[in-house]
Amino acid sequence: MASDEHDRGREPVTGLTEVEGAAAGAAVAAAPAAAPKVLSPWSDTWRRLKKNKLALIGLGIIAVFIVVGIVQVIAYPLTDGRGLTPYDPNAENYSLSPTGHGSSPSLSHPMGTDYLGRDILSRALVATRISLLVGVIAVAIGLIIGLILGPISGYYGGFVDTVIMRLADIFFAYPYILFVLLIMTVLGPGFVNVFLAIGILGWASFARIVRGQVLSVKSMEYVEAARAQGASDLRIIFRHVLPNSMAPVYVTIAMSVGGAIVTEAAMSFLGIGVQPPNASWGKMISDYLNYLFAGSWWMVLFPSVLLTVTVFGFISFGNGLRDATDPRLKE
Amino acid sequence: MGERLLEVKDLSTHFFTHVGVVKAVNGVSFTLDREETIGIVGESGSGKTVAALSVMRLVPDPPGKIVAGDVRLAGRDLLALTEDEMRAVRGNDIAMIFQDPMTSLNPVFKVGDQIAEAIMLHQDKKKDEAWEMAAALLERVGIPDAKKRVNQYPFEFSGGMRQRAMIAMAISCNPDILIADEPTTALDVTIQAQIMDVIREMQTQFRSGVIMITHDLGVVAEIADKVMVMYGGRTVEYGPVDAIYYDPHHPYTWGLLGSLPRLDLAEKHRLQPIKGQPPDLLLLPPGCPFVGRCAYEVPRCRGEWPPLELVGPDHGVHCWIPVERRLEMRAGLPRFKEWVA
Repeated sequence: MASDEHDRGREPVTGLTEVEGAAAGAAVAAAPAAAPKVLSPWSDTWRRLKKNKLALIGLGIIAVFIVVGIVQVIAYPLTDGRGLTPYDPNAENYSLSPTGHGSSPSLSHPMGTDYLGRDILSRALVATRISLLVGVIAVAIGLIIGLILGPISGYYGGFVDTVIMRLADIFFAYPYILFVLLIMTVLGPGFVNVFLAIGILGWASFARIVRGQVLSVKSMEYVEAARAQGASDLRIIFRHVLPNSMAPVYVTIAMSVGGAIVTEAAMSFLGIGVQPPNASWGKMISDYLNYLFAGSWWMVLFPSVLLTVTVFGFISFGNGLRDATDPRLKE
Repeated sequence: MGERLLEVKDLSTHFFTHVGVVKAVNGVSFTLDREETIGIVGESGSGKTVAALSVMRLVPDPPGKIVAGDVRLAGRDLLALTEDEMRAVRGNDIAMIFQDPMTSLNPVFKVGDQIAEAIMLHQDKKKDEAWEMAAALLERVGIPDAKKRVNQYPFEFSGGMRQRAMIAMAISCNPDILIADEPTTALDVTIQAQIMDVIREMQTQFRSGVIMITHDLGVVAEIADKVMVMYGGRTVEYGPVDAIYYDPHHPYTWGLLGSLPRLDLAEKHRLQPIKGQPPDLLLLPPGCPFVGRCAYEVPRCRGEWPPLELVGPDHGVHCWIPVERRLEMRAGLPRFKEWVA
């Protein structure tokens, strides 16, 4: 990521700011007096990301998901657990489930109601809070651990590197769900513990990716230059090496958020995540699965679709971001 | 000249790799006074960069290790300092300019940020003060519109300007010694001259001693007061710049000079390349590393490293060929005919 910016920098010695060739020619030519457009790494990435429709759709899905999630996160404590929803997500209303199989989607309940007469839409909405929180908190835990251990591993190498990377191998080698279950058994059920479990397990992939980047960045001349300025190891690692190692990390973050949401759903499905009567997408799928076989398709369908679409959004955005930051794919 | 800034004695730096010991620098000695410039010349792999990095104790360890020698900065034994003390020396007393300005600035930080960082590492300055100093330094090294430039990223700078920014960073703490490791190799010829001018100007303004590492004898002739010629990790010859150019004693120095183009020689004159390859630093012969490529070697060359022989004031050479024989041989070289005359 860093080096391609340099190659691009071999412009004439006048030192004028770089003008982005093709795009500037088309866009800026109309306004010759305008200052030359400066091509920063981010605007360059964005320019390439914009061309990727799937990534943009993913970004749109993520944006909607985050906005709805934040609204629910804020509304949750203010409304005493109800969230900003058309109906109380936990209010049982047997008139809406006369046969004990809920009622199918209607104008007043666009996603139908469940076997206790609860509004599926309201439950699905309030559940975005859990998904957003698990996405943010669990990934943040893994990211922080990974961003500390990964650079140390790559920068110092040798014994430290061996210990950290073998530990990461162990985390990779053990079946993921079993590992989460193991940690959950130690921590006890509850959705906060799901965050912790997923977070603790997530560090290894971040550490491994950052380590790989650090290995190539640490031999760059500006790292040597920083050392020649008298900078300490910590300063070099976290100020000079790490910021230049982040490009693939952003991609992994996007992918991991999707993964964390799925894992939370799986945990709730298995009954060790969110506890009743609270809703999470995985919990809803698990609770309603039996009714699917009885013909009440709407109860499982809507949370499943939301889960799938959200995760799809993160993964397609992550894919697009990877392509946009991959120097080999630059035109 | 002035006071003695740096004294390096019998410095040896080896790399302990899994295939064996790479003897990159073997018993190198030199001194540097205030406002003096020493040129260290030699081809790739001759140990000149490792010698300079050893002075700053920046040789990557492992696998590198300074196995012997003495490095004194104004009398202070640098090899005895702790890593923390050494960090205070780097950038502050000894600063370094690197070869490739394209990669020696951190791409994710503004230029001003990086210069200010160097200042704040060694001086008790607030951030805005350091930034102001950074802008002033950029102006000093000849970057126009420095107040604006200081807020730009390295990719918005051209190669020559980046090297100027590197020089600004290096001189930001007014170092006694400036090490320039091939500072112009990656630049256009026109820019090279400008950069050399900036370095020279900064040297006079800050009264620094400069160690100029280069394989470009033209650069050395222009800027250096004295020259050290390295080959295979050893100093084969050193002396005042005029002595090296007009009275070279080592066959390797002859070879270097013979491979330089000259405007004053007849058009038919061909450049004389040095035949062969530089030695593998893993398998250095016990004697002179130039054996095998040297056209004049005597039996003794293979067995033993020749002692220092003084051939002029402050002009020394390591060579087994007797001095009279040497002068005879040199006179026979097409290139030196007119010099000697």
